[in-house]
Amino acid sequence: MEKIKIEKLSLVFGKGKSKALKMLDQGKTKAEILEATGCNVAVRDANLTINEGEIFVIMGLSGSGKSTLLRCINRLIEPTTGKIFINDEEITRMSDKELLNIRRTELAMVFQHFGLLPHRTVLSNVAFGLELQGIDRAERDKKAEETIELVGLKGYENQKVSELSGGMQQRVGLARGLANTPEVLLMDEAFSALDPLIRSQMQDELLLLQEKMQKTILFITHDLEEAIKLGDRIAIMKDGVIVQVGNSEEIITNPADDYVKSFVENVDRSKIVTAGTILFKKPKLARLKKDGPAVVLRTMRDIGVTSLPVVRTNRTFLGFVKIEDVVELKKKEIKTIESIIRDSVMTVNPDATVEDMLPLLSKTNLPIPVVNEDNHLLGLVTPTSLIAETTGKDKEEINEIIQKAIEL
Amino acid sequence: MIIGQYIEDGVNWLTDNFSGMFDAINTGMSSLIQVIESVWIGLPFYVTIALFTGLALWKAGRKNAILTLVGLVFIYFTGFWEETMQTFSLVLASAIIALAIGIPLGIWSAKNKTANSIIRPILDFMQTMPAFVYLIPAVLFFGLGTVPGAFATIIFAMPPVVRLTSLGIQQVPEDIVEATKAFGATPRQLLVKVQLPLAMPTILAGVNQTIMMSLSMVVIASMIGAKGLGEIVLQGISQLRIGLGFESGLAVVLLAIILDRITQNLGNKQKNE
Repeated sequence: MEKIKIEKLSLVFGKGKSKALKMLDQGKTKAEILEATGCNVAVRDANLTINEGEIFVIMGLSGSGKSTLLRCINRLIEPTTGKIFINDEEITRMSDKELLNIRRTELAMVFQHFGLLPHRTVLSNVAFGLELQGIDRAERDKKAEETIELVGLKGYENQKVSELSGGMQQRVGLARGLANTPEVLLMDEAFSALDPLIRSQMQDELLLLQEKMQKTILFITHDLEEAIKLGDRIAIMKDGVIVQVGNSEEIITNPADDYVKSFVENVDRSKIVTAGTILFKKPKLARLKKDGPAVVLRTMRDIGVTSLPVVRTNRTFLGFVKIEDVVELKKKEIKTIESIIRDSVMTVNPDATVEDMLPLLSKTNLPIPVVNEDNHLLGLVTPTSLIAETTGKDKEEINEIIQKAIEL
Repeated sequence: MIIGQYIEDGVNWLTDNFSGMFDAINTGMSSLIQVIESVWIGLPFYVTIALFTGLALWKAGRKNAILTLVGLVFIYFTGFWEETMQTFSLVLASAIIALAIGIPLGIWSAKNKTANSIIRPILDFMQTMPAFVYLIPAVLFFGLGTVPGAFATIIFAMPPVVRLTSLGIQQVPEDIVEATKAFGATPRQLLVKVQLPLAMPTILAGVNQTIMMSLSMVVIASMIGAKGLGEIVLQGISQLRIGLGFESGLAVVLLAIILDRITQNLGNKQKNE
């Protein structure tokens, strides 16, 4: 179900916005508009749908308009044109009062530099959102304490926030957001100011919390690794334009343009690319009841392989047959291949990553069968394609290397 | 010369047409000053000394408490106790009014650009104009006495608290303000719960400055008949009595130091070494 919808949203800073908007419609570039009107186009014609319960990451470098776009959602910055809906209510048309209310109850925000009140304790910072709603002290303290425990800060309630480390402060920031029990969390580079170790720890904890809470989270980052780790879906922004939306695997295996490609190049693909993407979908098969040794042998010769996967007619995977066994069988003139199936084969499901599959290579020289939950064969992952994914070399190069290795 | 003429005409016009208003202000201010004065002069000196020392001990620490005690006892033995209390009452009354006007003005100028661009040059004017000049319209509006002294003092002492209040609010980090708005704070909640508490140290520095400037002006204001230590200083000057001048001057200095130490630490919760 969709939670937030952004439609044709543009944001222009500067005077003479109407002229700038006209030029936007005409498809003029950011630089052209800046030159002609002096206006800076921060976000351009953004369309996004964010589903309930997902972590949606908007990734881009500084100046790409990602934080600005986020602030349009709770109208900390007013969009120039376009509409934003939450639960089918149009935020962009709300009165001040309705807006205050939605900020208090449905949209909580976590900031890069925390934005905590240094003169207050952890407890009263976490309870701050509730205080603004006018909830009485006993109730808001109780709720704040629960949230403090949730983010692992129990025992720190009465410390001043200025006495805490960065990581702890951001836990307070997160707790403050959660204490309002919002439906949507807007996280603006929430972990970017933390050092790498703490950052990674906070990411893990956010994912853990999300499993319990199932909030809709909009997460802004400039770090692709972070985007991949956290995001169910990722949008990539450049110069105020959303260039690509998709899950991490789609973005990595199929970058929309050179800009996205340049980001993706340095990512460790082995953790993201899955069997489902790189499997060879229509391998030649040996069908248990139908194909006798003669047919199997011919198929092997036709495509030049030394083994074939064996399936039942409904594609249930049984194992492999090897060429030497088939030859033996043929000599003995046995008509079925049932007796020679090697079934001690590791199978993987389509979600297995390259990293998961690599260890299997050391145990076998057979391709890795990919099966669904009913054990139906979906396809094969060849060792060559696995190595191609990890090394980034293309398949022909790898085949050459393997050939050379065999010759040696 | 022409500007002087205009200002003279203007002030005359004000005194002619708004005499009712000035009379009302006069009555209001003089009763405020009288109430404050009757309290401080009415209290036995040892009670006053105990009160001040206690306040200093609570807010400014043991060292400043001892300083306060010694200073006030010294003043008592110079024989200018009543004058000192008059001066202090006038400072208190002027500072209260200056703060009551100055803090809201400072908040306004922090929140509103237009207000800021109007208030700022006026403050520059008020601060750089020689202090004695305020005495003239004060006399024209209110005649001679304590009230015109307080009036001149208020004008002279107000700028620092306006400026520092405004500065303090503007210095509240933008990310904190943004976060507060993001959680659905009304402008009023933003001011009361975030901006004022965070600006408080700066505002209190302004309060301290305003009180110190009030004290210096109150002494000058004795030239137009304000009562207190200034009178004695003036006597010392006109009769060329160095001893008298120094004694009363010293009392002013001691009062200034005591007020400074206490108000400087008003923001601190408690300070016991």
